[in-house]
Amino acid sequence: MALPVHFSSLEKGWYYVYRGICAAIFVFLVAPIFVIVPLSFNALPYFTFSPEMLSFDPAGYSTQWYREFFTEDSWQRAVQNSFVIAVFATLISTFLGTLAALGLSRSQMPFKAAFMALLISPMIVPLIISAAGMYFFYTRIGLTSTHLGVILAHAALGTPFVVITVTATLTNFDHSLTRAAASLGASPVQTFFKVTVPLILPGVVSGALFAFITSFDEVVVVLFVGSVEQRTIPWKMFSGIREEIRPTILAVATLLVVISILLLTVLELLRRRNERLHGLSAQ
Amino acid sequence: MTQVPSDVIRTADGTPLRLSLQRTQFQSRLRALMLVLPLLAFLTVTFILPILDMLYRSIDNRIVASILPQTTVTIQAWDAQGGELPDEAVFEALVRDMQAAFKDKTLGRVGRRLNYEKPGMSSLFRKSGRNTRKITEAPFKEQLLAIDKRWHDVSVWRLIYRESGATTSSYFLASSDLRLNDQGEIARQPEPRRIYVTLFYRTLWMSLLITALCLLLGYPVSYLLATLPLRTSNLLMILVLLPFWTSLLVRTTSWIALLQTQGVLNDLLVFIGLVPEDARLQMIYNKTGTLVAMTHILLPFMILPLYSVMKTIPASYMQAARSLGASPFTAFIRVYVPNTVPGIGAGCILVFILSIGYYITPALVGGRTGTFISNFIAVHISESLNWGLAAALGAILLAVVLVLYLLYDKIVGVSNMRLG
Repeated sequence: MALPVHFSSLEKGWYYVYRGICAAIFVFLVAPIFVIVPLSFNALPYFTFSPEMLSFDPAGYSTQWYREFFTEDSWQRAVQNSFVIAVFATLISTFLGTLAALGLSRSQMPFKAAFMALLISPMIVPLIISAAGMYFFYTRIGLTSTHLGVILAHAALGTPFVVITVTATLTNFDHSLTRAAASLGASPVQTFFKVTVPLILPGVVSGALFAFITSFDEVVVVLFVGSVEQRTIPWKMFSGIREEIRPTILAVATLLVVISILLLTVLELLRRRNERLHGLSAQ
Repeated sequence: MTQVPSDVIRTADGTPLRLSLQRTQFQSRLRALMLVLPLLAFLTVTFILPILDMLYRSIDNRIVASILPQTTVTIQAWDAQGGELPDEAVFEALVRDMQAAFKDKTLGRVGRRLNYEKPGMSSLFRKSGRNTRKITEAPFKEQLLAIDKRWHDVSVWRLIYRESGATTSSYFLASSDLRLNDQGEIARQPEPRRIYVTLFYRTLWMSLLITALCLLLGYPVSYLLATLPLRTSNLLMILVLLPFWTSLLVRTTSWIALLQTQGVLNDLLVFIGLVPEDARLQMIYNKTGTLVAMTHILLPFMILPLYSVMKTIPASYMQAARSLGASPFTAFIRVYVPNTVPGIGAGCILVFILSIGYYITPALVGGRTGTFISNFIAVHISESLNWGLAAALGAILLAVVLVLYLLYDKIVGVSNMRLG
């Protein structure tokens, strides 16, 4: 945006100050995330830049923390647990959440607002309260310290995201399309899979991504409901930060940043596809 | 059968249209409900019942009555206000109960439970449990009094009397730094045990501060994003979404790397010469650490709702204000800001709700002075094992959050919530 010619010098000055403030806030937002990337290559077990690193001496850099992450058994088990738990939790919450969203978007749905508020509540209730309640209740029914317990808990926490994203897609949904399909002789099942699913897919996928990252990133519930057998990457990081702080955590953190960049890219592509589709349907 | 008036419109099979329509509507309602039902059932078991279980634990007091079944029944006949010790029957019941509980190894649990109300009860029960094994016949009263002189204390008996019911208010009282004294009146906790009211205040105050900081930092950025051309703002939006999608623990870890005394920021300050080497700033493991890290973590939750509201404000509003003679500042304050109030409300409530229940970040960077109520709930669950108190603290926190959630629903509408 070019600076308008009619601006007074005061306005120009303020314009640059304002831009400067915004730039500083953007730096505040992303700098902490990127600062750990070089730190994870530190040859010394510190959380700061060594003089060798600052003078770009190759001796100051090392990939030992990555090697440690990829070779140490407990980290590898944590990776495995994280993926197993997140994948199953995502499957459950995506399936149940999409079904519920389809119901909630029907105009005939009774008590829509109340149901919506209830189904979204796992996202709003503080994690420590959910974790405490799940710990108490799952102990009664023998689900604590099991993978199943953690998967169910994470699925519950992930469903609100699926419900929100899919209902959002469905609010723009053109219901005449399903009626058209029906009038052309498609059965309800055919209509659902051939017309509805392709159209709501971006919402379902982005909901699933949210559910996945919720589980993948979750630590409070795992700490309470799980035990050592269920330790995930965040669990290891949390106890690592609390007990013995090693740069392996920084290496893991860097890898997680890469994963989140990938996720962000997928979501952005989905958003564009969605915009394109709605651009088409508006014509 | 009543005669149906002839002017009623009927469907092909002869049923009145109204009835047929009602039936169809009922069926489609049912179908919509059937789609929601599986998730509802799932959440009931995995989420709602656990929350109810927690709420119930905050008043549940069956532990005393289940481990001392005879005592809690016979003591009902005792005049608790009289100042006299209970009679032989109550002593006999207690001795029998203690013998049974000692054999089942459950006596320690009663001792621990009553110890929350009156320090020393745990050791009293432990000692008496060991020694009552030898008591086989009357007089029970004399023998128990001989084991430990604390049984002479009427307030011990009053405590058992008071806690013999199925429910108790003592956890909620303890959460508010109150207790029932020997006379059964509500009194304040002794000075060193008054911690929770301060903690609730601190949690609320820090959350307010974090919300204010998020608004302060989020408003200019959202305004910039909303006024820039879409192509540029979409690129800059990535800078907001990246932290949003980055693991919470990654972000907390990077703040530790940045803020700790041997960390990046302190190194930089020492290098520039702003801070002497021997007086490095303590920016973490205290309130500052929690404030900075949580503002960073919650900032996207402020920017996103603000941006989505600002996006809908036409630029012509400001232009109209300017053309009517308002200065840029006046136009902004009097025209633009009032239009963003729904976004401010949504963002602030969201950030505040998320912040008062936060656990991980305060636990890792809060040290002793920057911890929240959640951290104490965790301590009572996994360390002090006082689950009742943890549940009561949780119930109070939950009540605050739910009130705010309803407010959010009123202002924004839960179904209008958008992600990313």
